[in-house]
Amino acid sequence: MSVLRLEYRSVTMRFMLPGRALTALREVSFSVRDGEVVALIGPSGCGKSTLLNIGAGLSSPSEGAAFVDGERVEGPNSHVAFMLQKDLLLPWRTVAENAMLGVEIQGMPAAERRRRAQTLLAGFNLAEFADHYPHQLSGGMRQRVALARTLAVDPHVLLLDEPFSALDAQTRMVLQRDLARTLKLAGKTALLITHDLLEAVTLSDRVLVMSGRPGRIIDEIAVDLPGREDPIARRRELRVNDYVARLMDRLDIAHASIEPAGVAP
Amino acid sequence: MNGRAAPWRKGAAVSAALLAVILAAWQWGPQLLGIPSFIVPPLSMVAGEFVHAWRFDHLVLHTGVTVAEVLAGFALGSLLGAFVGYLLGMSPTAEFALSPYILALQIAPKVAFAPLFILWMGFTVYPKILVAILIVFFPVMVNVLTAIQTVDPDLVNLARAFTASRAQIFWKIEFPSSMPPLFAGLRIGSTLAVVGVVVGELVGGNVGLGYLLTFGEGQANTPLVFVSIVMLSIVGGIAYLAVILVERRVLHYVPARSVGGNL
Repeated sequence: MSVLRLEYRSVTMRFMLPGRALTALREVSFSVRDGEVVALIGPSGCGKSTLLNIGAGLSSPSEGAAFVDGERVEGPNSHVAFMLQKDLLLPWRTVAENAMLGVEIQGMPAAERRRRAQTLLAGFNLAEFADHYPHQLSGGMRQRVALARTLAVDPHVLLLDEPFSALDAQTRMVLQRDLARTLKLAGKTALLITHDLLEAVTLSDRVLVMSGRPGRIIDEIAVDLPGREDPIARRRELRVNDYVARLMDRLDIAHASIEPAGVAP
Repeated sequence: MNGRAAPWRKGAAVSAALLAVILAAWQWGPQLLGIPSFIVPPLSMVAGEFVHAWRFDHLVLHTGVTVAEVLAGFALGSLLGAFVGYLLGMSPTAEFALSPYILALQIAPKVAFAPLFILWMGFTVYPKILVAILIVFFPVMVNVLTAIQTVDPDLVNLARAFTASRAQIFWKIEFPSSMPPLFAGLRIGSTLAVVGVVVGELVGGNVGLGYLLTFGEGQANTPLVFVSIVMLSIVGGIAYLAVILVERRVLHYVPARSVGGNL
């Protein structure tokens, strides 16, 4: 039995809105094993990002708790790093300085940071852009820097919230491959929130399906396909379609309607 | 690169031509329109008065005093404005408690305080500096406050997730984020500082360009009034340019298009 890196135990989250309480998550329990990549899909507003914030220690659940390496998450901790759809690069920092933001905050000396930045950026084909500023980079490269920044702190768990959804389709595939390789190579554990069913199937070992608000886990599908480190090759697998079809059924996309705007908290 | 340089050069040429036209209009326009020289003295007369003021009216001294007051008022006013802006930006409670008073002070016309300050402090440089401080304070404070309040919360969360302390969030995220609006405030402040100082000098004292202005007025010496106005504009212009030069160095990471731009 392998170690549980990330665990949610009956997490319930309620938000107080003027005049009413809104339950975003109800009794959500699941876990991610060491080295496993789990994708989380669900309709918008089902509380996926709230789960991520709880895992990162940025907000605490109304009931239940999240655990990282068996320890209850009480606040931000250096074992978890997150990455969002927005690259969140600081425009006044160079690529290298941006990538080193996390370890700088955690107190790594400057000389060591420089060395770390060199090897890290080389691994992402960003070495020659180390001294560039974010505005000089393309969207794909910026997101790659964000990924480097996430990995620089050597986290046990990566929380990824639709990291590639702002990119064009081809750049997205390249970055998905980079991420998949890196995760496999480093043996990292990751929770990947996504809207993209194909991304969920090609990048993960397991897909969790959440219901609409209040969010609950309504299904869990193990992805029994080879080559998690190469999502581009995985896309060619015929069985990918079966998984995607099953996820579509589970989310009832054929009968879903578009919710009016402004319902999300 | 050439494509970018061409319009710049063209613009500079038109600017220079326009200056020549304005100076020529100043020199010969009044005479052509039959305006007497004690109403609008021609350029040559103002230039002559400039030389005279330089030699006999302590123009250098008056300018120097005004520059020193502008510098002191601008420096202290922007330091105070930035400090209060950061403080209020980081403490919503303080902002809530103090905002009505700040708003009241903001609405009050700052230059109207000049006579009061002179009553308190006499015909010294201090009332002038104080008016400048007061008038520079607000644009800087408001810009910094807004900047801190509008920092992307996801950026703050990113730093928090990396276990940043409150101080680290401020110095690594919030403070650098506030630089562009801070400089926008400083630019406004640099020109307002001159206004504050001049009003102070107009109201009372016996030194400074504002004093020279009223002195010229009292003697019906229109050219001297013009000399004072020109000198004041130059002081204001240099202050503004100095801010822009610093801004370009500090905000070097911003794409070239906008910083300072065309002033």
